[in-house]
Amino acid sequence: MPVITYREALRHAMAEELDRDPNVVIMGEEIGQFHGAYKVTEGLLAKYGPKRIVDTPISEAAFIGLGVGASMLGLRPVIELMFFSFYSVAFDQIFNNAANMRYMSGGLVHCPLVIRGPANGGTNVGATHSHTPESIAAYHPGIKVVVPSTPADAKGLLKSAIRDNDPVMFMENTILYGETGEVPDGEHLVPLGLARVIREGTHLSIIGHGRAIQMAVKAAAILEEKHNIRAEVVDLRSIRPLDEETVLASVRKTNRVLLVEEAKPFCSVSAMLACIIQEKAFDHLDAPIRRVTSVDSPAIYSPPLEKIQLPSVDRIRAAALETLK
Amino acid sequence: MSKKPPSTKNAPNYAYDARRATINARLDGGEQLALYRVMVRIRRFEERCLRAYQQGKIGGFLHLYIGQESLAAGCCSVMDRKTDHIITAYRDHGHAIGVGMSMNELMAENFGKYTGCSKGKGGSMHYFDPTRNFWGGHGIVGGQIPLGLGLAYALKYRGIKGACMAFMGDGAVNQGAVHESYNLAALWDLPVVFIIENNGYSMGTSQERSSAGPSLAQRAEGYGMNWDIADNGHDVYEVRDKVDRALRLARDESKPSILEIRTYRYRGHSVADPDSTYREKAEIEEYKRTKDPIMALQNSLVVERVLTDELIKKIDAAARAEAETSALFAEQSPFPTPEDIKKDVYWEVDNPADRKSVGSLFFD
Repeated sequence: MPVITYREALRHAMAEELDRDPNVVIMGEEIGQFHGAYKVTEGLLAKYGPKRIVDTPISEAAFIGLGVGASMLGLRPVIELMFFSFYSVAFDQIFNNAANMRYMSGGLVHCPLVIRGPANGGTNVGATHSHTPESIAAYHPGIKVVVPSTPADAKGLLKSAIRDNDPVMFMENTILYGETGEVPDGEHLVPLGLARVIREGTHLSIIGHGRAIQMAVKAAAILEEKHNIRAEVVDLRSIRPLDEETVLASVRKTNRVLLVEEAKPFCSVSAMLACIIQEKAFDHLDAPIRRVTSVDSPAIYSPPLEKIQLPSVDRIRAAALETLK
Repeated sequence: MSKKPPSTKNAPNYAYDARRATINARLDGGEQLALYRVMVRIRRFEERCLRAYQQGKIGGFLHLYIGQESLAAGCCSVMDRKTDHIITAYRDHGHAIGVGMSMNELMAENFGKYTGCSKGKGGSMHYFDPTRNFWGGHGIVGGQIPLGLGLAYALKYRGIKGACMAFMGDGAVNQGAVHESYNLAALWDLPVVFIIENNGYSMGTSQERSSAGPSLAQRAEGYGMNWDIADNGHDVYEVRDKVDRALRLARDESKPSILEIRTYRYRGHSVADPDSTYREKAEIEEYKRTKDPIMALQNSLVVERVLTDELIKKIDAAARAEAETSALFAEQSPFPTPEDIKKDVYWEVDNPADRKSVGSLFFD
């Protein structure tokens, strides 16, 4: 199987869907002539031309709203946010229009569009550019939220998202763009809403998504090597829809839970997961559910401090040991 | 008191006679009557809505279009029903009737009934009928404008020779998303007509207290876009002529434009508003007396002998009866069920046989 980067996997997904469906159009700031601020779309303009690969001015509300409107008439816009943080400039278009359109029209209209881009901290770009709005997006019925943590999932989930008939917010990670992994050539679909057990274990379940769950994989290796603890690691991959079954099966197996995510702790995905787990697997819990999140404050710029604010392999390892006390 | 914006390109041209414009000169008596009938039907429908609202049958807001009927009737009458599209804000009753939606489904929607056009899920502000190229009915001021841009974009992308009329009120022109849309429309030559229904007040704030610049439409110049003003929005012929020109520019040359149509609403921003803090009753009465759009057309059709007293009464009685029937239909229709609360949220949930994703989509 070819080994490619997360960035290339995303590009392959878009290229394959561009080939497959003439209604797919890729749109965003600097995605064409500039090759993409993070080079995800590099080469697509040369291959597909300006009708399919559309450079936009800096007008998130207008071009996301345009994408919503165009999706109502049958296009499948895939809109890049240079930073996912810029979603807030288009909040009304996403959460009033895309999310509610089907409902307010009594099912007469649907909006098959994808809004994708990096949603992460850790690159010293300060609070305005480091938002991780998974829970804010997933809070809205009508919206789907996907967060791939590996190159293979980046491709398989993006292809599924583009074919989906509901609006999907697809959150990537600039730090993962250069990560490599095996990715199937050609048709490779990962269904939305299917979690993956990355590593089997028996002592506790570490559950989360995005870059934090990749840190958990490293923490689990250390836990096994240094502490003789076998942690199970579950990557959610998709927030809404959510694979409750895989999560609960793991909890029933290990009886201890550590939730990890890069977002802030209040009203976050892990907070929701903790609620679901206590409600549906209370009798299987041998310890309180613990969480590792970012420190609850706007994202700090200062590089060494940002490292401390974000989850880390070491914080996850320490929290796992606490969970097992 | 009101500072009237300076004259427009057309206003000083006293030779302009909208009735003689090509699009109007060819109208036969039947077509003229159809225009008149639509305007009467909009007004009678809304008057019946008002009564239902006062009786507590309609919840929330009710934004009435009374006084502005010539706009929706005129604009919809020049649409190409196959390839032109339309989207508007929350004052949407006139456009819905204009494109041919039935009073029954509209009144039922207002009553929150399952037989409503949006199954009682949208309400008065959110009428939809994609089969008639009518894409809502939107509640947030100016929020529908990028969507209208997207409809135009899709038409151009798919090589369809049509246009989108994106309606907004005079309050929407100061929203950022509207200006971003102007820029994209002009930058990409999209076939969209931005129609500003300028009734003089954004809720209770007059144009002079809210909008800088000589006129709302002239802002188009900043984007190198065509613009025009229909000063006599109460004249359905003028509305038709100006909209038709803008639509042809969009369809034939894929050029966007802004058309500001001056009009007036007789009721408050919504029925719940006091409507006494920002304008004098005399102002309303003066407009009704001199510029009522239905009376204007009625008078000209009587002169042209297309309308007779007898026909006026007949059309009015039919419109009242239709509105009354719609209220009865709405009253007798069922409400949505508790199960309906979670339908029409996700396409996939409503089409389980075609569902590709797995996992939970709801969390209660």
